[in-house]
Amino acid sequence: MTTTAPIDTADAEAGRPRRPRGARARLWILTPGSWTPAQRWMITGLVLLVALGATFLLDPYRNFLLATAAASVCAISGLSLLVGRTGQLSLGHAALMAAGAYAFAFTSNALGDAGIDGPVRLVLPFLAALIVAAALGGLVGIAGARLHGPYLAGLTLALVLALPALASTFSNVLGGDAGIYVSVERRPEFLSTIIATEQWQAWVALAVAAIVLGTFAQLVRSPAALRMQAVRDDESAARLSGIDPVAVRVGMFAVSAAAAGLGGGVLAYITQSVSPGAFGLTFSLFLLVAVVIGGVGTLAGAVWGAIVIVAVPEITSAITEVLPLSAELSQRLDGNLAIVVFGVILVVVMLAAPRGIHGAVADLVERLRRRRSADAPHIP
Amino acid sequence: MSTFLLLLGAGLARGAVFALFALALVLIWRATRIANFAQGAMSVSAAYVAYLVLMGTGSFPLAILTVLLAGAAIGFAMERALMRHVPSRSPLNSIIVAIGVVMVLTGVLGILFGADYKPVAVPFSRQPLEIGDVAIVSPYTLFVFVVVAVVVAGIALLFTKTSLGLAMRASAFDDEVARLNGVRVARMRTLGWVLSASVGGLAVLLAVPTELGLSPHSGDLLFVNAFTVAIIGGLDSPVGAVISGLFVGLLLTFVTTAWGATIGPIAVLVLLVVVLLVRPQGVFSLRKARLA
Repeated sequence: MTTTAPIDTADAEAGRPRRPRGARARLWILTPGSWTPAQRWMITGLVLLVALGATFLLDPYRNFLLATAAASVCAISGLSLLVGRTGQLSLGHAALMAAGAYAFAFTSNALGDAGIDGPVRLVLPFLAALIVAAALGGLVGIAGARLHGPYLAGLTLALVLALPALASTFSNVLGGDAGIYVSVERRPEFLSTIIATEQWQAWVALAVAAIVLGTFAQLVRSPAALRMQAVRDDESAARLSGIDPVAVRVGMFAVSAAAAGLGGGVLAYITQSVSPGAFGLTFSLFLLVAVVIGGVGTLAGAVWGAIVIVAVPEITSAITEVLPLSAELSQRLDGNLAIVVFGVILVVVMLAAPRGIHGAVADLVERLRRRRSADAPHIP
Repeated sequence: MSTFLLLLGAGLARGAVFALFALALVLIWRATRIANFAQGAMSVSAAYVAYLVLMGTGSFPLAILTVLLAGAAIGFAMERALMRHVPSRSPLNSIIVAIGVVMVLTGVLGILFGADYKPVAVPFSRQPLEIGDVAIVSPYTLFVFVVVAVVVAGIALLFTKTSLGLAMRASAFDDEVARLNGVRVARMRTLGWVLSASVGGLAVLLAVPTELGLSPHSGDLLFVNAFTVAIIGGLDSPVGAVISGLFVGLLLTFVTTAWGATIGPIAVLVLLVVVLLVRPQGVFSLRKARLA
């Protein structure tokens, strides 16, 4: 007993979530604890307005990348909360995005065939994406929620690997490997002289991402977040407190899947096509990389992560283009180099800086603040 | 009748390979309580080394020896350089590090060898032998059976009849008590990884001739299949791994023969969902489900 006791306390100490007090709490830029829900929505809206304005500074290609990053943010933030708050690991969030994307495509195409246009054709497909992905996520969550750790990870891995097989088995509906074309509601008439298509797509993507992040910002400050933490840290204690661990896990998985579905819907909207190749295992793992790089369980980290996973492949393919390589070698490097870089980053971050970019930034600001308060008494 | 016998043989051979790969997963799980998600990529890397040796010398026995040694080296490096240093606070940490290793290995293999399938030639005929007019089983299938049987028997002997096996079981069962009794637990863990990676590499090398060929992603689906097998068998039951491996191999062979090869991954997914919903602790595991 005497030998195990110190180890147990050490584990409990390390496992206990760090509760930042005082100034550090202010670093939750998106979710300071003192704000009311209405204030949080106002801040979210303000940030969205600034982001919409910033799109005027970008060229069409950069706007397209921004829209892709915004779509990824939806899935990454959901995955980040899932891993960080309930301790469930999904390797198949790309498959949930695909479910959302296909739902978006069918709804949008059907509304187009029915001759329904306007805002309805923009909003309804996103709702369909949300519902279908949440339903699938709930199903997967139920199968995986009763056990911890590797089971859910393996199940979601099987899901994402079965996606191409599903698409070709039901190819008359899902369009096989080639996927299906999505006809979408274009930008409103009065905007067509002011902004380009890519910029409008970025606007839609940013708006969806703002809704997702805003909702999650409310969620992490709600009693539900405490229940998740309780289930993650000590299931027996949580159960004794009247919390149903299965309900909490399945609920969070469904919410996380809904966010991923919205992200998939955004991708379907901006690329106007859905194919299984776009939502493969590699993309799924990229989402996990983004979560870890940014900082598991934090919303600001999700934004950092989305920026990194969109920027790094651009940078590596720019590098391979510059290098004087044979056509075959540069073709092999293209894509694979980014995967290797991400793999290395994932391992290094997990071993050296498990709190990710968000943790590093928080530590830096904290250090600066301490230095300032240490300097303060010297001011005459 | 002849078709049925052929399918039975092919299915059992496929299942034997699944069983071997699942056994590799079970070995690491028992030794360290880690589900090694990098098993597929590690084994495929070892198989690529063996492929180079096979191309260079043309000797299949030498390739088998190489895959065992290369697998052992990769397992050793993985445990000593990475897994030992992963904070054990949450079981997710080791899975995430393993995923990082998967990305590095598949990416590097893709850069070195390209994405196309490399055929692996074997010195055994894939044509079935005939007794009278009835085709029964191909020599390669028989060879796979013999190799798997030898390896499984060897592992069983190691764990039940030797003091090394006893030490490994002790450190997996309770590392604190094992350490107090003079077992070098860290060394036993490394040994578990070495053993498991060797067995996994062998499984991939045996599987490749019957599949499309060797590619950086050969391990992905094999891993999911073997993971399903290990879940059905119960992650800590070697006997369960072997029995459910043969069962899943048979099932997949009959299903894909009836409805085409693309149905395979879907069948595995459905099987995994059903097992997790109905009996999450595994069909062959008598113990209560572990929560960690």
